[in-house]
Amino acid sequence: MDFQIALFLVQDGATNGAIYAMLALALVLVFSVTRVIFIPQGEFVAYGALTLASLQSGQIPGTLWLLVVVSTIAVLAELWRCWRNGLPIGLHGFGWLVGYPLILALLLWYLPLASLPAFVQVLVALAVVVPLGPLMYRLVYQPIAEASVLILLIVSVAIHVVLVGLGLLFFGAEGLRTAPFTDASFEMGPLLINGQQVWVILVSIGLIVGLWRFFSRTLYGKALRATAMNRTGARLMGFSPVFAGKLTFLLAAFIGTLSGVLIAPITTIYYDTGFLIGLKGFVAAIVGGLISFPIAAAGAVLVGLLESFASFYASAYKEVIVFTLIIPVLLWRSLTSHHIEEE
Amino acid sequence: MNSQVGPILEVRDLSVAYGKVEALGSVSICVGKGQIVTVIGPNGAGKTTLLSALIGLLGSRGEVYFDSHLEKTPDVERMVANGMVLVPEKRELFGGMSVQDNLQLGAFHRYRRGERHLQRAMDEVYDIFPRLKERRRQLAATLSGGERQMLAVGRALMAGPKLLMLDEPSLGLAPMITREIFCIIGRLRESGVSILLVEQNARAALAVADYGYVLETGEVAMQGEASQLRDDPRVIETYLGLGKKHQDRLAAC
Ligand SMILES: Nc1ncnc2c1ncn2[C@@H]1O[C@H](COP(=O)(O)OP(=O)(O)O)[C@@H](O)[C@H]1O
Ligand SMILES: [Mg+2]
Repeated sequence: MDFQIALFLVQDGATNGAIYAMLALALVLVFSVTRVIFIPQGEFVAYGALTLASLQSGQIPGTLWLLVVVSTIAVLAELWRCWRNGLPIGLHGFGWLVGYPLILALLLWYLPLASLPAFVQVLVALAVVVPLGPLMYRLVYQPIAEASVLILLIVSVAIHVVLVGLGLLFFGAEGLRTAPFTDASFEMGPLLINGQQVWVILVSIGLIVGLWRFFSRTLYGKALRATAMNRTGARLMGFSPVFAGKLTFLLAAFIGTLSGVLIAPITTIYYDTGFLIGLKGFVAAIVGGLISFPIAAAGAVLVGLLESFASFYASAYKEVIVFTLIIPVLLWRSLTSHHIEEE
Repeated sequence: MNSQVGPILEVRDLSVAYGKVEALGSVSICVGKGQIVTVIGPNGAGKTTLLSALIGLLGSRGEVYFDSHLEKTPDVERMVANGMVLVPEKRELFGGMSVQDNLQLGAFHRYRRGERHLQRAMDEVYDIFPRLKERRRQLAATLSGGERQMLAVGRALMAGPKLLMLDEPSLGLAPMITREIFCIIGRLRESGVSILLVEQNARAALAVADYGYVLETGEVAMQGEASQLRDDPRVIETYLGLGKKHQDRLAAC
């Protein structure tokens, strides 16, 4: 292998690593706040990419109907809760559940989707897919918030399977690719850098810095971290675990969808591609022990590099090599962890 | 009725069960505005259960009037928003965060309501607990027992409570630190906070309180002005003991 190929592989690995880093952060966030191992994370990636592809081909994406149906179920759930607790029935507090999908559906109906600027298409894709995150929390995880990690994991697997099936229904079995944000490419010495890769890396760095500021500077961010450290303590401060769950799922869905939108121009995405991408984010998150953000991010870059070099040397085994990374990491973790008692 | 000004908290016939085991049966208590009321009783009497039910961490039956509103089923977020704060037995600090962050989070519900100038509240807490100011950048998990308790109380004060509920603030603390904490509890009354103080350390609690209840196996066994309870032979025999006069000195500010 000459130097130039190595550079090329590093560049590729770093781009994928940036995506895995974002996904790993989302997984760590969701797990530490809600104890949910968020397998459906990858479906947000696929839905984001495929929704954008639908929009670019001028079609109304199937995910919009999913949003409408899921919001309707959520409205019914809220009405039932009001009725059961003897609260007055009104749209207080969940009017947006009715209004938001309606307005979005009308917009998509009347907008000339294919001819919108790419930036607006991306915003629309985010607007359609991201709300599925908090809705999923509301309908699926909130009622079983106190269940064991194992039960929550089983439910996550079930949701994942359902979403992959729906993905096939909405988008078909064909792989799709979207138009790149930019056709620009730069030459840096021997390296040809394509504009989309720059986008991926810049956005993921921006997102990571943004999240870091959110968690270390804002009171809402600190309250989320507090919930992760001590649920009862956070409740006693008036920070509701339900709100924490919805906020976390909102962030995770946003990160997943954004990742999908970013890689759609570089990689062909199929309805079931999300799972493998999410799984690599998961490997990175495991490297960070599902609790440490910086280690998870570093693990993600490692996974990206390992994957790109593995695909060069032994492309048939590249997934095997990446997932084998878990074994030494788990061994090392189990040898070095001394279970610190919760206080 | 033990208060002239009108109660901040009135509890009627509160019962709590863990599964089929009844932990509290028909407890009625009352805390007047600006008062310190103590609930004393042995280990396992149901003191922690009482406070957890009042703030809504545990389900209960009965009537809870807080600030003249009837709460059918207390809900933690609403109770906190209405001005009830609990310093739990286990403190429940955010160990991986600095002292300052813990204090800020104490004011979370005020922040959510739109109050943005919480520095004054923080300075007041630092005035009461200068030690916390010295350690404001230190992680809560690395504090000593006494400092942890101060942080727990300080964090609760950040909420600007109408009623502060303290669950065994002396638990696990050295006598000198206990004394410091109780002196501070006494001073808090002057700033207008009503306090519901739960204690096994009956001597210290009755020294600082206005009114007291004795809780035994989930029921109120005795109640009265704190000064009367201090002289009651049954209380002396069971909870104060004889020959512990040096503790009186410790309890005095
Ligand atoms: N989570 C629980 N499940 C079952 N029983 C409990 C639980 N917590 C407390 N109890 C029981 O309820 C009674 C009162 O406990 P508690 O309120 O902690 O007493 P205190 O705070 O006065 O020491 C005790 O008999 C205790 O064993
Ligand atoms: Mg107790």
